[in-house]
Parts: sequence; C-alpha cells; structure tokens
Amino acid sequence: MTSPPSVVVVTGVSRYLGARVAARLAADSRIDRVVGLDPHEPPTALRELLADVELIRADARAASGALADLGAEAVVHLAVTSAPDGQHGRAAMKEQNVIGTMQLLAAAQAAPRLRKIVVRSSTAAYGASFRDPGVFTEDTEPRAVPRGSFARDILDIEGYVRGFRRRRPEASATVLRFAPFISSTADTTLTRYFAQPVVPTVLGRDARLQFVHVDDALEILHRSVIEEHPGTYNVAGAGILTLSQAIRRAGRISVPLPEGTLSTLAGVARNVGVGQIGLDQIDLFVHGRVVDTTRLVSEFGFTPRSTAEAFDDFIKGHANGSSITADRLAAAEGAILDGIRRVRAGASAGGERR
Amino acid sequence: MNGNGHHPQQPAAADPADPVDVWDQRVARGLAFLRRRFAGAYEVDEFGFDRELNDAVFQPMLRVLYHDWFRTEVYGIENVPADGGALVVANHSGTLALDALMLGVAIRDQHPGERHLRLLGADLVFRVPVVSELARKSGATVACNPDAERLMSTGELVGVFPEGFKGIGKRFADRYKLQRFGRGGFVSAALRTGTPIVPVAIVGAEEIYPILADIKPLARLLGMPYFPITPTFPWLGPLGLVPLPSKWLIQFCPPIPTEHLTDLADDPMVVYNLADQVRETIQATLLELLEKRPDPFGL
Repeated sequence: MTSPPSVVVVTGVSRYLGARVAARLAADSRIDRVVGLDPHEPPTALRELLADVELIRADARAASGALADLGAEAVVHLAVTSAPDGQHGRAAMKEQNVIGTMQLLAAAQAAPRLRKIVVRSSTAAYGASFRDPGVFTEDTEPRAVPRGSFARDILDIEGYVRGFRRRRPEASATVLRFAPFISSTADTTLTRYFAQPVVPTVLGRDARLQFVHVDDALEILHRSVIEEHPGTYNVAGAGILTLSQAIRRAGRISVPLPEGTLSTLAGVARNVGVGQIGLDQIDLFVHGRVVDTTRLVSEFGFTPRSTAEAFDDFIKGHANGSSITADRLAAAEGAILDGIRRVRAGASAGGERR
Repeated sequence: MNGNGHHPQQPAAADPADPVDVWDQRVARGLAFLRRRFAGAYEVDEFGFDRELNDAVFQPMLRVLYHDWFRTEVYGIENVPADGGALVVANHSGTLALDALMLGVAIRDQHPGERHLRLLGADLVFRVPVVSELARKSGATVACNPDAERLMSTGELVGVFPEGFKGIGKRFADRYKLQRFGRGGFVSAALRTGTPIVPVAIVGAEEIYPILADIKPLARLLGMPYFPITPTFPWLGPLGLVPLPSKWLIQFCPPIPTEHLTDLADDPMVVYNLADQVRETIQATLLELLEKRPDPFGL
C-alpha cells in the first residue's frame, strides 16, 4: 500500500464541493500541503473553510507550471460544472469543463512527481437512449451522443482521462461518476428544481432517479486521495425514487407538460434567466438514470446512504415550499375516515329508529 | 330495537363478520392506500417495478380480462420454480401483447408462491410515453442481456417472447406457427446465469385481433412495426380495440436446466441448439393444446 500523497492540488475550490474537499484534505495530518487552483475568488461563505488551503488564482492554462513547481503528487479535478451560470453562459462552461480538463491533464501528464489523479465525472456519462439497460454498470457504453451539454462535456472529460491513462500508465487515475448531489443545503440545478412549490414534469414519463448525499460524495473523494482506488466507479445511493414519488415525498405539486412544451418553456425561461432546466435535465426526466454501485462498495468498503435517505435530508431542509406534507395527508385521511364513519353511523341509527 | 341495554363496543366484538365493520375496514384500507400514494410512501425497485400499485390496481383489472373475458385455463404451473430465478419463454401473438400480461396474471394467480413475472419488452414499448411508465411500474424492462441477467441473478422470474414483433404482427392465416427466435440472446442470458428455462405455450391470443392484412407503407409512415387490419380495426374505431373473447389455454412445460452449461454461454452452437429445443417444445405443446380446444370461442 502506497502512502498518501504529500502535496495535493484541488481544482474548483471556489465552489462548494471543491472547497469542502480541499478543507477536509488540509485537515488530514497525512497530507502536508493542499493547494487550491481556481480562476475565481472563493465567495466569503467558503473563505473560512479554506483557511488552511493555499490558493492560487489561475485557470488550468497556468496549471502546467504550477503542478511541476509545487511538486504535486495528486490532482483532484473538481472544476467541472453541471450547468451554465447566468453571467458566463454555455461558452464559459465548456471552456472550463472541456478545455480546462484538457489543459489540466496535459499539465498532470508532464508533472514528474505526479502519481494520482481523481476526476469528478457524472452518471450522465451513460447518455440517454430508449435502448439503454435499466441499470448501468461501469462497463456500459453510451448508445448515442447525449443532447445535454453537461453530458457531452462529461464524455469529453472521460476521453481525456483515457488519454492520460494511456500516456501515464504508472499513475493511478480514479474517475468518480456521481449521481446528482443532494443534501439539506446543497444548491444545484436539481435541488432548485425540487425546491419550487410547483414542479414541471414530462407528461407520460416518470423517470427513475438516484441521488448521492454530498457528505458521502466528500467521503468517497477523500478516500480516493488518501487510499489507492484506480478505476472508474459509479457513486450513488442505493435504490431509486421515481420523479413523481420524489415530488410527492417533497410535498410539491407536479405539473406534467408534453416533452416539446417543456423544452420550449425551459428554453424561454433560460433565456430570460429564470430556471435552469436544460436538455440534460429533460433527458434525465424522460429516460431516468440508475447505476449499479457494487464496484464502489466493494472497492471503497463504504456504502453511501440510500437515495431515499439522501432525499429525506433534502426534504428536511426544504420543508417551507411544500404544500402536501405527509402530516397534512394523514390528517386528511383521518378526517375523511371520521366523516364517513359519522355519516354511516347516522344513517344506520336513522335506519334502526324506523 | 333499542341499543341502550348493552355496551357500545359489544356488537363489534361479538360478531366479527358484521358487514358494517368489514366496510369500515375497506374504507380505512382504501384511504390508507391513497394516502401512501399521495405521500410517495411506497417502494419502487431499481427497474421501476411498483409492487403495491401492481397488486392493488393493475392485477385486479387484468384479472377480469383473464377470468371473465378469456376464461383462461392453466396447466403445469408446478413447472415454474417455487423460488429463485427462472426464464419463462413463450410464444407471442395477438397484435397487442395481451398474452404477456395474461401470462403474468396466470403466474401471480395460480403459482403457490404468487410470483411476479418480470417481462422483457421491445424498446418500442419504452419509447411511447405513458405506455413506457405503465410497463416499468408493472415490472417490465427493456429486453437486453444486462437487464435479463441482473433480474435472473437476483432470483426474479423473467418472461421473454423471442419472436418479438414477428410473433404478434403475423397474419391470422399463420396462427400458431412459431416465427424465428432471433439470435437466441435469451438463451445466452440464461446460460450465463445458470437459470432454468421454462417453455410456455399460450393458445387463445391468436384469435383476439385476427390480422387479415398488414399495411406496411402506413406502418412505416407511423413508425410502427406493422399496421394491422382486423375484422374490427380500424373499421369500428376505438371499439376495434376490444379483443374477441377467445378461449385461452396456457401450458407450462418442464424446466430445462442450464447450470451445467454456464461455461458455454458464448458457444453459438450450444446457444442455437438450446433455443431450437425450446422452440420445438413450444411448437409441439401448442399443437397439443389446440387439440384440447376444438372451438376457439367455446367455453
């Protein structure tokens, strides 16, 4: 068993996941130095978290010098965004995801002391097709190039990792295909979607969804750096929720729209800057996405909490937008049952009097 | 009558079969079911199978068709294993795949273990909105080897119709003539997991929507595998979707063990021969069943 790397570079520390991973690595005494690489200044909310992390404000282009100078032994690549942000748009997203990964991996390949990369990927790597198997294992190949921009970026990113593996066969490469993140506080396109009081869905489709709790994702990322787990792994909570079931559990009201209408409305909403439902989400809502995590559990010796448990945590944090809660339903059930009993008791009493 | 004389609890305790209380329980059960559905408090497996919805809604509806409309008789249910994985292979016919649904009801109803049949459907089924979700909730998934093997290795009873659209889309003149079995992908899935194969012959589905002609250009235009002309469709519009009330017989044949062939799952000759054996068994059983049922619409 090799020792944990002494110098670790983490990309994307200006965002929630990157900042958390960097902070946790910095707190681990087995690691001497944690360097955060990000072109953006971390927001003040995350600044405190990053107290023990050295920050380098530079994009991946500048990474080639930095990785070699720092003597980086491991790179954790988390600067992968799942949706274009309002200010910079899709072009910036692609620049960061695809070009950023390409440059970072090129730099990693040239860094002499580097012996490990850990890359954030997504279960979107399996694409979305009607001929897909119901459950994806890591060996499943996507049947068609997906429509969603994030899914296409993920395929490109994994392509660069394959190239890295070929050129640096002695270095270990861990690719983690995460299901959508969820927790009481996580803020992603999907959590914002489920947080709305009224939720648009695709008419006639009830996708099977999986989530992974952010804390479990952090644990897996941490173990990937400290321990040796080369290979590609699905990271998701066991079990599934269907979209309608998730909406009901969250106490939201769903509005099913035909797929075309939903795409158009989502496009219009995106252009005006409300809502972020893109083709990635619509593909997910039409096809669903379920992965097998046997390989993860046996390799890491860690079982993420189930999809239902992870979603329960989200519900706890977002109770104020719900209209149909389990308590209200139970109260309604009791009231109706009592009402029926009273009416029938009245009717039978009336019948007996006669 | 006066109720002053006895304790209010007494009548219920003294007479458990009191119809009033039976209805009270039914109402309470129904409301609890609705509450669970509206709260999302039910379990769905990774393929989307919703056991509660299936048992409470789908099966009772299909049972009416199974019992009262098709008067289905089942033979050899003991050939379906009591537990563990098994691959049920049947002939396919009837324009709309009602035979798959009736096979599911037959096993759920007649098998002592009340087992659920997990059907493998064509990808076309999963392309169509609403239909795709009904299929998934009733336990079906896309017919592909990864899903079939996953279901069988977790001990599920898997149902497959190797004839596919060639079977249900054939003309009435070709009834009860088994079509090609494809490449025998179902056999290699069974071999790889060492799952026994149970051949099944279904008689009755051929007569429900007899296809007199198939308008291929129209089918191509609509993206369907066939466009059937039956005595009632499309002439009677939606009424043409009412199946004719034929008499159904379902015979389960003795299981074919495959554990000893697990290493040969990639041997095309072994796979082909086994597929052929299954096909011959079903064809021979079909002919036997037809002799038992001289009148397709008899009682």
